[in-house]
Amino acid sequence: MKKHLMVAAISVLAAGTAFAQANDTLAKIKSSGAVTFGVRESSGLGYTLGNGKYVGFHTEMGENILHDVQKQLGLAKMEIKYQPVTSQNRIPLVQNGTVDIECGSTTNNLARQKDAAFAYTTYVEEVRIAVKANSGITGIKDLNGKTLVTTTGTTSVQTLRKNKRADGLTFKEVMGKDHADSFLMLETGRADAFIMDGSILAANISKSKAPSEYKIVGEVLSVEPIACMLRKDDPAFKKAVDDSIARQIKDGTLAKLYDKWFMQPIPPNNVKIGLPLSAATKAAWDAPNDKPMEEYKIAD
Amino acid sequence: MSWDWQVFCQDTITQEVGQSCFGKNGDITYLDWMLSAWGWTVSVSLLSLLIALILGAIIGTLRTLPDRPWIVRLGNAWVELFRNIPLLVQVFVWYHVIPAIFPALKRVDGFVLVVFAIGLFTSARIAEQVRSGIQALPRGQRYAGMAVGFTTFQTYRYVLLPMAFRIIIPPLTSETMNVFKNSSVAFAVSVAELTMFAMQAQEETARGVEVYLAVTALYVFSAFVVNRIMTFIEKRSRVPGLIAASGGGH
Repeated sequence: MKKHLMVAAISVLAAGTAFAQANDTLAKIKSSGAVTFGVRESSGLGYTLGNGKYVGFHTEMGENILHDVQKQLGLAKMEIKYQPVTSQNRIPLVQNGTVDIECGSTTNNLARQKDAAFAYTTYVEEVRIAVKANSGITGIKDLNGKTLVTTTGTTSVQTLRKNKRADGLTFKEVMGKDHADSFLMLETGRADAFIMDGSILAANISKSKAPSEYKIVGEVLSVEPIACMLRKDDPAFKKAVDDSIARQIKDGTLAKLYDKWFMQPIPPNNVKIGLPLSAATKAAWDAPNDKPMEEYKIAD
Repeated sequence: MSWDWQVFCQDTITQEVGQSCFGKNGDITYLDWMLSAWGWTVSVSLLSLLIALILGAIIGTLRTLPDRPWIVRLGNAWVELFRNIPLLVQVFVWYHVIPAIFPALKRVDGFVLVVFAIGLFTSARIAEQVRSGIQALPRGQRYAGMAVGFTTFQTYRYVLLPMAFRIIIPPLTSETMNVFKNSSVAFAVSVAELTMFAMQAQEETARGVEVYLAVTALYVFSAFVVNRIMTFIEKRSRVPGLIAASGGGH
Protein backbone atom coordinates (compact mmCIF):
# COMPACT_ATOMS: atom_id res chain seq x y z
CA MET A 1 0.00 0.00 0.00
CA LYS A 2 2.72 2.38 1.03
CA LYS A 3 4.70 1.49 -2.05
CA HIS A 4 1.75 2.41 -4.24
CA LEU A 5 1.52 5.78 -2.58
CA MET A 6 5.23 6.30 -3.15
CA VAL A 7 4.92 5.42 -6.84
CA ALA A 8 1.97 7.76 -7.16
CA ALA A 9 3.88 10.53 -5.44
CA ILE A 10 6.93 10.03 -7.64
CA SER A 11 4.88 10.06 -10.82
CA VAL A 12 3.13 13.24 -9.75
CA LEU A 13 6.52 14.78 -9.10
CA ALA A 14 7.83 13.56 -12.44
CA ALA A 15 4.78 14.95 -14.22
CA GLY A 16 5.30 18.25 -12.46
CA THR A 17 8.90 18.42 -13.57
CA ALA A 18 7.99 17.48 -17.11
CA PHE A 19 5.39 20.22 -17.16
CA ALA A 20 7.85 22.76 -15.81
CA GLN A 21 10.26 21.81 -18.54
CA ALA A 22 7.75 22.36 -21.33
CA ASN A 23 9.43 25.57 -22.34
CA ASP A 24 7.23 27.41 -24.72
CA THR A 25 6.30 30.66 -23.07
CA LEU A 26 4.80 32.12 -26.24
CA ALA A 27 2.40 29.18 -26.58
CA LYS A 28 1.56 29.46 -22.90
CA ILE A 29 0.78 33.17 -23.24
CA LYS A 30 -1.28 32.56 -26.37
CA SER A 31 -3.39 29.81 -24.86
CA SER A 32 -3.95 31.49 -21.51
CA GLY A 33 -4.23 35.08 -22.75
CA ALA A 34 -2.16 36.15 -19.76
CA VAL A 35 1.45 36.66 -18.85
CA THR A 36 3.05 36.90 -15.42
CA PHE A 37 5.49 39.76 -15.09
CA GLY A 38 8.01 39.71 -12.23
CA VAL A 39 8.56 43.20 -10.82
CA ARG A 40 10.44 44.79 -7.92
CA GLU A 41 8.87 46.58 -5.00
CA SER A 42 11.83 48.75 -4.11
CA SER A 43 14.84 48.97 -6.35
CA GLY A 44 16.41 51.66 -8.48
CA LEU A 45 14.95 50.31 -11.70
CA GLY A 46 11.49 49.30 -10.57
CA TYR A 47 9.37 49.97 -7.52
CA THR A 48 5.81 50.09 -6.28
CA LEU A 49 3.60 53.04 -5.50
CA GLY A 50 1.37 50.80 -3.41
CA ASN A 51 -2.06 49.37 -4.28
CA GLY A 52 -0.59 46.94 -6.79
CA LYS A 53 0.84 49.70 -8.97
CA TYR A 54 4.36 49.07 -10.21
CA VAL A 55 6.49 51.66 -11.97
CA GLY A 56 10.09 52.40 -12.85
CA PHE A 57 12.46 52.35 -15.79
CA HIS A 58 12.66 48.58 -16.15
CA THR A 59 9.03 47.97 -15.17
CA GLU A 60 7.82 50.26 -17.95
CA MET A 61 10.30 48.80 -20.42
CA GLY A 62 9.02 45.31 -19.53
CA GLU A 63 5.46 46.43 -20.19
CA ASN A 64 6.55 47.65 -23.63
CA ILE A 65 8.16 44.27 -24.28
CA LEU A 66 4.97 42.46 -23.33
CA HIS A 67 2.86 44.71 -25.57
CA ASP A 68 5.20 43.84 -28.44
CA VAL A 69 4.82 40.14 -27.61
CA GLN A 70 1.05 40.57 -27.62
CA LYS A 71 1.25 42.18 -31.06
CA GLN A 72 3.47 39.39 -32.34
CA LEU A 73 1.03 36.74 -31.11
CA GLY A 74 -1.91 38.65 -32.59
CA LEU A 75 -3.79 38.58 -29.30
CA ALA A 76 -6.65 41.07 -29.08
CA LYS A 77 -6.49 40.94 -25.31
CA MET A 78 -3.68 39.96 -22.98
CA GLU A 79 -3.68 40.31 -19.25
CA ILE A 80 -0.44 41.29 -17.51
CA LYS A 81 -0.31 39.82 -14.00
CA TYR A 82 2.18 41.61 -11.80
CA GLN A 83 4.13 39.40 -9.43
CA PRO A 84 6.47 41.16 -7.00
CA VAL A 85 9.74 39.27 -6.60
CA THR A 86 12.75 39.64 -4.29
CA SER A 87 16.43 38.83 -4.66
CA GLN A 88 15.79 35.59 -2.80
CA ASN A 89 12.89 34.20 -4.79
CA ARG A 90 13.31 35.61 -8.31
CA ILE A 91 15.29 32.69 -9.77
CA PRO A 92 13.09 29.88 -8.38
CA LEU A 93 9.95 31.73 -9.51
CA VAL A 94 11.28 32.10 -13.05
CA GLN A 95 12.46 28.48 -13.10
CA ASN A 96 9.20 26.96 -11.91
CA GLY A 97 7.07 28.95 -14.32
CA THR A 98 5.35 31.25 -11.84
CA VAL A 99 6.97 34.25 -13.48
CA ASP A 100 7.36 34.41 -17.28
CA ILE A 101 9.68 37.41 -17.41
CA GLU A 102 11.36 39.38 -14.63
CA CYS A 103 12.49 42.94 -15.27
CA GLY A 104 13.98 44.64 -12.23
CA SER A 105 17.55 44.99 -11.17
CA THR A 106 18.87 41.50 -11.77
CA THR A 107 22.53 41.29 -12.73
CA ASN A 108 23.33 38.95 -15.59
CA ASN A 109 26.20 36.75 -14.39
CA LEU A 110 27.56 33.29 -15.09
CA ALA A 111 26.28 31.75 -11.84
CA ARG A 112 22.73 32.78 -12.71
CA GLN A 113 23.02 31.78 -16.35
CA LYS A 114 23.07 28.17 -15.14
CA ASP A 115 19.51 28.64 -13.91
CA ALA A 116 17.97 31.25 -16.16
CA ALA A 117 18.33 33.11 -19.46
CA PHE A 118 18.84 36.83 -19.86
CA ALA A 119 17.54 39.25 -22.48
CA TYR A 120 19.71 41.98 -23.97
CA THR A 121 21.34 44.16 -21.37
CA THR A 122 19.30 47.34 -21.00
CA TYR A 123 21.12 49.04 -18.15
CA VAL A 124 24.70 48.84 -16.96
CA GLU A 125 25.05 49.45 -13.28
CA GLU A 126 28.26 50.97 -11.98
CA VAL A 127 29.28 50.34 -8.39
CA ARG A 128 30.43 53.67 -6.96
CA ILE A 129 31.50 55.35 -3.71
CA ALA A 130 29.24 57.87 -1.96
CA VAL A 131 30.75 60.05 0.77
CA LYS A 132 29.97 63.18 2.71
CA ALA A 133 30.96 66.10 0.52
CA ASN A 134 33.33 67.46 3.20
CA SER A 135 35.03 64.13 3.93
CA GLY A 136 38.01 64.70 1.65
CA ILE A 137 37.67 61.22 0.15
CA THR A 138 38.11 61.31 -3.61
CA GLY A 139 38.71 57.71 -4.58
CA ILE A 140 39.69 54.17 -3.60
CA LYS A 141 43.13 55.26 -2.36
CA ASP A 142 41.53 57.41 0.35
CA LEU A 143 39.55 54.50 1.75
CA ASN A 144 42.48 53.05 3.67
CA GLY A 145 41.67 52.83 7.37
CA LYS A 146 38.11 54.06 6.87
CA THR A 147 34.81 52.39 7.70
CA LEU A 148 32.81 51.42 4.64
CA VAL A 149 29.19 50.44 4.56
CA THR A 150 27.40 48.37 1.99
CA THR A 151 24.10 46.50 2.02
CA THR A 152 23.73 42.85 2.99
CA GLY A 153 22.64 40.65 0.13
CA THR A 154 24.16 42.70 -2.69
CA THR A 155 26.99 42.06 -5.10
CA SER A 156 28.73 45.21 -3.86
CA VAL A 157 29.99 43.26 -0.86
CA GLN A 158 31.87 40.99 -3.23
CA THR A 159 33.19 43.95 -5.19
CA LEU A 160 34.47 45.49 -2.00
CA ARG A 161 36.20 42.26 -1.01
CA LYS A 162 37.90 42.01 -4.41
CA ASN A 163 39.09 45.61 -4.29
CA LYS A 164 40.33 45.17 -0.76
CA ARG A 165 42.60 42.40 -1.89
CA ALA A 166 43.63 43.94 -5.23
CA ASP A 167 44.59 47.30 -3.77
CA GLY A 168 45.97 45.98 -0.49
CA LEU A 169 43.69 48.23 1.51
CA THR A 170 42.73 47.79 5.11
CA PHE A 171 39.32 49.11 5.96
CA LYS A 172 36.52 48.23 8.29
CA GLU A 173 33.43 46.89 6.61
CA VAL A 174 29.95 47.23 8.04
CA MET A 175 26.74 46.07 6.44
CA GLY A 176 23.33 47.67 6.50
CA LYS A 177 20.27 45.46 6.47
CA ASP A 178 18.88 47.43 3.53
CA HIS A 179 19.88 50.48 1.49
CA ALA A 180 18.05 52.90 3.76
CA ASP A 181 19.88 51.48 6.75
CA SER A 182 23.24 51.70 4.96
CA PHE A 183 22.59 55.31 4.01
CA LEU A 184 21.64 56.08 7.60
CA MET A 185 25.07 54.81 8.68
CA LEU A 186 26.73 57.22 6.26
CA GLU A 187 24.44 60.01 7.41
CA THR A 188 25.11 59.45 11.13
CA GLY A 189 28.86 59.04 10.71
CA ARG A 190 28.97 55.35 11.54
CA ALA A 191 30.54 54.86 8.12
CA ASP A 192 32.79 57.11 6.03
CA ALA A 193 31.67 55.81 2.65
CA PHE A 194 28.76 53.88 1.17
CA ILE A 195 29.69 51.50 -1.63
CA MET A 196 26.74 50.60 -3.84
CA ASP A 197 25.16 50.70 -7.29
CA GLY A 198 25.33 54.25 -8.63
CA SER A 199 21.58 54.46 -9.22
CA ILE A 200 20.84 53.45 -5.63
CA LEU A 201 23.37 55.97 -4.27
CA ALA A 202 21.95 58.73 -6.44
CA ALA A 203 18.39 57.88 -5.42
CA ASN A 204 19.25 57.82 -1.71
CA ILE A 205 21.13 61.11 -1.93
CA SER A 206 18.29 62.76 -3.84
CA LYS A 207 15.80 61.67 -1.16
CA SER A 208 18.00 62.68 1.79
CA LYS A 209 17.44 65.71 4.01
CA ALA A 210 20.37 67.63 2.54
CA PRO A 211 21.37 66.21 -0.86
CA SER A 212 24.16 68.75 -1.29
CA GLU A 213 26.03 67.29 1.69
CA TYR A 214 26.82 64.09 -0.21
CA LYS A 215 28.62 63.27 -3.39
CA ILE A 216 29.52 60.29 -5.51
CA VAL A 217 33.27 60.20 -6.01
CA GLY A 218 36.12 58.22 -7.41
CA GLU A 219 36.48 55.40 -9.83
CA VAL A 220 33.91 52.82 -10.87
CA LEU A 221 34.53 49.75 -8.72
CA SER A 222 32.64 47.29 -10.86
CA VAL A 223 30.21 47.25 -13.75
CA GLU A 224 27.23 44.95 -13.86
CA PRO A 225 24.94 44.38 -16.80
CA ILE A 226 21.29 44.40 -15.70
CA ALA A 227 18.79 42.57 -17.86
CA CYS A 228 15.35 41.00 -17.87
CA MET A 229 15.44 37.37 -16.77
CA LEU A 230 13.60 34.61 -18.63
CA ARG A 231 13.27 30.87 -18.41
CA LYS A 232 16.18 28.95 -19.83
CA ASP A 233 15.98 27.13 -23.16
CA ASP A 234 13.12 29.04 -24.70
CA PRO A 235 14.76 30.65 -27.76
CA ALA A 236 11.49 31.79 -29.36
CA PHE A 237 10.45 33.82 -26.34
CA LYS A 238 13.95 35.20 -25.85
CA LYS A 239 14.00 36.32 -29.47
CA ALA A 240 10.64 38.05 -29.09
CA VAL A 241 11.92 39.88 -26.01
CA ASP A 242 15.27 40.78 -27.56
CA ASP A 243 13.54 42.02 -30.73
CA SER A 244 11.36 44.28 -28.65
CA ILE A 245 14.37 45.65 -26.78
CA ALA A 246 16.20 46.27 -30.06
CA ARG A 247 13.10 48.07 -31.33
CA GLN A 248 12.90 50.21 -28.20
CA ILE A 249 16.56 51.16 -28.48
CA LYS A 250 16.27 51.96 -32.17
CA ASP A 251 13.19 54.17 -32.06
CA GLY A 252 14.35 56.01 -28.94
CA THR A 253 11.71 54.59 -26.59
CA LEU A 254 14.36 53.41 -24.15
CA ALA A 255 16.20 56.75 -24.16
CA LYS A 256 12.91 58.50 -23.44
CA LEU A 257 12.19 56.10 -20.60
CA TYR A 258 15.65 56.72 -19.17
CA ASP A 259 15.10 60.45 -19.25
CA LYS A 260 11.69 60.03 -17.63
CA TRP A 261 12.91 57.89 -14.72
CA PHE A 262 16.39 59.26 -14.08
CA MET A 263 16.41 62.91 -15.18
CA GLN A 264 12.86 64.08 -14.41
CA PRO A 265 11.02 64.31 -11.08
CA ILE A 266 9.47 60.92 -10.32
CA PRO A 267 6.71 59.74 -8.02
CA PRO A 268 5.95 59.37 -5.17
CA ASN A 269 7.93 62.42 -3.96
CA ASN A 270 8.54 64.17 -7.29
CA VAL A 271 12.28 64.29 -6.70
CA LYS A 272 14.86 63.99 -9.48
CA ILE A 273 17.41 61.17 -9.23
CA GLY A 274 19.67 63.06 -11.65
CA LEU A 275 21.91 60.28 -12.90
CA PRO A 276 22.94 60.94 -16.50
CA LEU A 277 23.14 58.01 -18.91
CA SER A 278 26.51 56.35 -18.36
CA ALA A 279 28.92 55.52 -21.17
CA ALA A 280 28.64 51.84 -20.25
CA THR A 281 24.85 51.80 -20.62
CA LYS A 282 25.14 53.74 -23.86
CA ALA A 283 27.60 51.16 -25.19
CA ALA A 284 25.21 48.33 -24.27
CA TRP A 285 22.44 50.06 -26.23
CA ASP A 286 24.68 50.72 -29.23
CA ALA A 287 25.52 47.04 -29.58
CA PRO A 288 22.76 44.98 -27.96
CA ASN A 289 24.14 41.83 -26.33
CA ASP A 290 23.49 39.45 -23.46
CA LYS A 291 27.05 39.17 -22.17
CA PRO A 292 27.36 38.27 -18.48
CA MET A 293 29.09 40.45 -15.91
CA GLU A 294 32.28 38.38 -16.15
CA GLU A 295 32.87 39.62 -19.71
CA TYR A 296 32.79 43.26 -18.69
CA LYS A 297 35.97 45.13 -17.90
CA ILE A 298 36.17 48.32 -15.94
CA ALA A 299 37.07 51.15 -18.28
CA ASP A 300 39.92 53.23 -16.91
CA MET B 1 15.61 21.54 -8.57
CA SER B 2 19.20 20.50 -8.83
CA TRP B 3 21.53 20.52 -5.86
CA ASP B 4 25.01 21.91 -5.87
CA TRP B 5 26.64 21.41 -2.50
CA GLN B 6 30.02 22.26 -3.97
CA VAL B 7 29.04 25.86 -3.51
CA PHE B 8 30.46 25.62 0.01
CA CYS B 9 33.88 24.74 -1.38
CA GLN B 10 33.96 27.84 -3.60
CA ASP B 11 36.42 30.58 -2.87
CA THR B 12 34.67 33.80 -1.88
CA ILE B 13 36.76 35.95 -4.18
CA THR B 14 37.37 33.89 -7.32
CA GLN B 15 34.23 31.69 -7.01
CA GLU B 16 36.38 28.70 -8.00
CA VAL B 17 35.98 25.35 -6.33
CA GLY B 18 39.24 24.51 -4.62
CA GLN B 19 40.79 21.16 -3.79
CA SER B 20 39.89 21.45 -0.16
CA CYS B 21 36.69 22.94 1.11
CA PHE B 22 38.70 24.93 3.63
CA GLY B 23 40.64 27.84 2.12
CA LYS B 24 44.41 28.00 2.44
CA ASN B 25 46.85 30.90 2.64
CA GLY B 26 44.25 33.47 3.50
CA ASP B 27 41.73 32.31 0.92
CA ILE B 28 38.26 31.96 2.34
CA THR B 29 35.69 29.49 1.12
CA TYR B 30 31.98 29.75 1.79
CA LEU B 31 32.35 26.91 4.29
CA ASP B 32 35.03 28.82 6.23
CA TRP B 33 32.82 31.84 6.14
CA MET B 34 29.75 29.96 7.33
CA LEU B 35 31.63 28.44 10.26
CA SER B 36 32.94 31.85 11.27
CA ALA B 37 29.39 33.19 11.02
CA TRP B 38 28.24 30.36 13.23
CA GLY B 39 30.91 31.37 15.73
CA TRP B 40 29.47 34.89 15.80
CA THR B 41 25.97 33.50 16.29
CA VAL B 42 27.13 31.37 19.21
CA SER B 43 29.13 34.24 20.75
CA VAL B 44 26.25 36.69 20.55
CA SER B 45 23.90 34.08 22.02
CA LEU B 46 26.08 32.96 24.92
CA LEU B 47 27.04 36.49 25.99
CA SER B 48 23.44 37.70 25.74
CA LEU B 49 22.33 34.68 27.72
CA LEU B 50 24.87 35.46 30.44
CA ILE B 51 23.59 39.02 30.80
CA ALA B 52 20.00 37.84 30.65
CA LEU B 53 20.44 35.19 33.33
CA ILE B 54 22.23 37.47 35.78
CA LEU B 55 19.92 40.46 35.33
CA GLY B 56 16.81 38.31 35.03
CA ALA B 57 17.57 36.48 38.27
CA ILE B 58 18.24 39.73 40.16
CA ILE B 59 15.24 41.63 38.85
CA GLY B 60 12.88 38.69 39.11
CA THR B 61 13.89 38.24 42.75
CA LEU B 62 13.58 41.94 43.56
CA ARG B 63 10.04 41.90 42.23
CA THR B 64 8.95 39.51 44.95
CA LEU B 65 10.49 41.36 47.92
CA PRO B 66 8.04 41.95 50.74
CA ASP B 67 7.56 45.53 52.09
CA ARG B 68 9.65 47.15 49.32
CA PRO B 69 6.93 48.54 47.01
CA TRP B 70 9.30 50.87 45.12
CA ILE B 71 11.80 48.19 44.28
CA VAL B 72 8.96 45.95 43.13
CA ARG B 73 7.60 48.77 40.96
CA LEU B 74 11.01 49.41 39.43
CA GLY B 75 11.35 45.72 38.66
CA ASN B 76 7.89 45.65 37.09
CA ALA B 77 8.73 48.73 35.02
CA TRP B 78 11.92 47.06 33.78
CA VAL B 79 10.01 43.98 32.65
CA GLU B 80 7.23 45.92 30.96
CA LEU B 81 9.70 48.25 29.22
CA PHE B 82 11.80 45.49 27.69
CA ARG B 83 9.13 42.99 26.84
CA ASN B 84 6.69 45.41 25.23
CA ILE B 85 9.07 46.62 22.52
CA PRO B 86 9.89 44.36 19.58
CA LEU B 87 13.43 43.02 19.73
CA LEU B 88 14.42 44.40 16.33
CA VAL B 89 13.29 47.86 17.39
CA GLN B 90 15.32 47.58 20.59
CA VAL B 91 18.37 46.63 18.55
CA PHE B 92 17.95 49.75 16.42
CA VAL B 93 17.43 51.91 19.49
CA TRP B 94 20.72 50.63 20.90
CA TYR B 95 22.51 51.10 17.62
CA HIS B 96 21.11 54.33 16.20
CA VAL B 97 19.31 56.21 18.97
CA ILE B 98 21.35 55.75 22.13
CA PRO B 99 24.69 56.63 20.45
CA ALA B 100 23.05 59.80 19.11
CA ILE B 101 22.34 60.80 22.72
CA PHE B 102 25.66 59.58 24.15
CA PRO B 103 28.24 60.14 21.39
CA ALA B 104 30.85 58.11 23.26
CA LEU B 105 28.86 55.00 22.38
CA LYS B 106 29.46 55.62 18.67
CA ARG B 107 32.82 53.94 18.97
CA VAL B 108 31.27 50.84 20.55
CA ASP B 109 31.06 47.87 18.25
CA GLY B 110 27.66 46.70 16.98
CA PHE B 111 28.44 43.33 18.50
CA VAL B 112 28.52 44.73 22.05
CA LEU B 113 25.35 46.75 21.52
CA VAL B 114 23.42 43.81 20.15
CA VAL B 115 24.55 41.60 23.03
CA PHE B 116 23.12 44.18 25.42
CA ALA B 117 19.94 44.52 23.37
CA ILE B 118 19.22 40.78 23.31
CA GLY B 119 20.49 40.36 26.87
CA LEU B 120 18.19 43.02 28.33
CA PHE B 121 15.24 41.93 26.21
CA THR B 122 15.65 38.37 27.45
CA SER B 123 16.36 39.48 31.03
CA ALA B 124 12.83 40.87 31.21
CA ARG B 125 11.41 37.53 30.16
CA ILE B 126 13.61 35.60 32.58
CA ALA B 127 12.73 38.02 35.39
CA GLU B 128 9.09 37.21 34.79
CA GLN B 129 9.82 33.49 35.03
CA VAL B 130 11.89 33.91 38.20
CA ARG B 131 9.12 35.97 39.78
CA SER B 132 6.44 33.42 38.94
CA GLY B 133 8.75 30.63 40.14
CA ILE B 134 9.17 32.29 43.52
CA GLN B 135 5.49 33.11 43.79
CA ALA B 136 4.56 29.55 42.87
CA LEU B 137 6.14 28.35 46.11
CA PRO B 138 3.71 27.83 48.99
CA ARG B 139 3.55 30.86 51.27
CA GLY B 140 4.55 28.62 54.14
CA GLN B 141 8.12 28.42 52.82
CA ARG B 142 8.70 32.09 53.37
CA TYR B 143 7.15 31.84 56.82
CA ALA B 144 9.35 28.87 57.59
CA GLY B 145 12.41 30.98 56.83
CA MET B 146 11.15 33.76 59.06
CA ALA B 147 10.29 31.27 61.81
CA VAL B 148 13.86 30.02 62.06
CA GLY B 149 15.07 33.61 62.31
CA PHE B 150 16.50 34.06 58.81
CA THR B 151 16.87 37.54 57.42
CA THR B 152 15.11 38.26 54.14
CA PHE B 153 18.37 37.66 52.30
CA GLN B 154 18.88 34.34 54.04
CA THR B 155 15.30 33.28 53.37
CA TYR B 156 15.86 33.85 49.68
CA ARG B 157 19.31 32.34 49.64
CA TYR B 158 18.56 29.17 51.56
CA VAL B 159 14.84 28.55 51.11
CA LEU B 160 13.11 30.29 48.21
CA LEU B 161 15.65 30.62 45.39
CA PRO B 162 16.99 27.05 45.42
CA MET B 163 13.47 25.79 44.91
CA ALA B 164 12.30 28.51 42.54
CA PHE B 165 15.25 28.17 40.17
CA ARG B 166 14.77 24.45 39.90
CA ILE B 167 11.09 24.61 39.06
CA ILE B 168 11.57 27.21 36.32
CA ILE B 169 14.13 25.24 34.38
CA PRO B 170 11.64 24.08 31.69
CA PRO B 171 10.61 27.64 30.71
CA LEU B 172 14.27 28.68 30.99
CA THR B 173 15.11 26.01 28.42
CA SER B 174 12.72 27.62 25.95
CA GLU B 175 14.16 31.04 26.74
CA THR B 176 17.72 29.84 26.17
CA MET B 177 16.75 28.37 22.83
CA ASN B 178 14.98 31.64 22.01
CA VAL B 179 18.18 33.56 22.64
CA PHE B 180 19.90 31.48 19.97
CA LYS B 181 17.11 32.08 17.51
CA ASN B 182 16.80 35.76 18.40
CA SER B 183 20.52 36.24 17.80
CA SER B 184 19.63 36.37 14.09
CA VAL B 185 18.60 40.02 14.53
CA ALA B 186 22.28 40.83 15.02
CA PHE B 187 22.65 40.95 11.24
CA ALA B 188 20.74 44.23 11.35
CA VAL B 189 23.66 45.93 13.08
CA SER B 190 26.43 44.48 10.94
CA VAL B 191 27.35 41.45 13.01
CA ALA B 192 28.56 38.84 10.52
CA GLU B 193 26.40 36.06 11.92
CA LEU B 194 24.57 33.21 10.19
CA THR B 195 21.59 35.15 8.89
CA MET B 196 23.81 37.77 7.33
CA PHE B 197 25.98 35.05 5.84
CA ALA B 198 22.89 33.41 4.34
CA MET B 199 21.61 36.63 2.78
CA GLN B 200 25.00 37.51 1.39
CA ALA B 201 26.15 34.07 0.22
CA GLN B 202 22.88 33.35 -1.56
CA GLU B 203 23.25 36.60 -3.48
CA GLU B 204 26.84 35.84 -4.47
CA THR B 205 26.41 32.20 -5.40
CA ALA B 206 22.77 32.14 -6.52
CA ARG B 207 22.47 28.87 -4.55
CA GLY B 208 19.98 30.12 -2.01
CA VAL B 209 18.39 26.76 -1.29
CA GLU B 210 21.64 25.05 -0.30
CA VAL B 211 22.82 28.04 1.71
CA TYR B 212 19.57 28.42 3.62
CA LEU B 213 19.35 24.67 4.26
CA ALA B 214 22.84 24.61 5.75
CA VAL B 215 22.17 27.67 7.89
CA THR B 216 18.86 26.23 9.06
CA ALA B 217 20.63 23.01 10.03
CA LEU B 218 23.17 24.98 12.09
CA TYR B 219 20.44 26.88 13.93
CA VAL B 220 18.55 23.66 14.63
CA PHE B 221 21.74 21.99 15.81
CA SER B 222 22.69 24.89 18.11
CA ALA B 223 19.24 25.14 19.66
CA PHE B 224 19.08 21.37 20.04
CA VAL B 225 22.42 21.21 21.87
CA VAL B 226 21.11 23.87 24.25
CA ASN B 227 17.95 21.85 24.72
CA ARG B 228 19.95 18.70 25.58
CA ILE B 229 22.19 20.54 28.06
CA MET B 230 19.19 22.10 29.78
CA THR B 231 17.35 18.77 29.91
CA PHE B 232 20.42 17.25 31.58
CA ILE B 233 20.52 20.07 34.15
CA GLU B 234 16.79 19.68 34.67
CA LYS B 235 17.15 15.97 35.40
CA ARG B 236 20.07 16.44 37.78
CA SER B 237 18.50 19.28 39.70
CA ARG B 238 14.99 17.92 40.00
CA VAL B 239 13.42 18.42 43.41
CA PRO B 240 12.24 14.98 44.51
CA GLY B 241 8.53 14.88 44.99
CA LEU B 242 7.91 18.37 43.65
CA ILE B 243 7.55 17.86 39.95
CA ALA B 244 5.39 14.80 39.90
CA ALA B 245 4.75 14.84 36.15
CA SER B 246 8.40 14.25 35.30
CA GLY B 247 8.32 10.77 36.74
CA GLY B 248 9.68 11.51 40.16
CA GLY B 249 10.12 8.59 42.50
CA HIS B 250 7.33 8.84 44.97
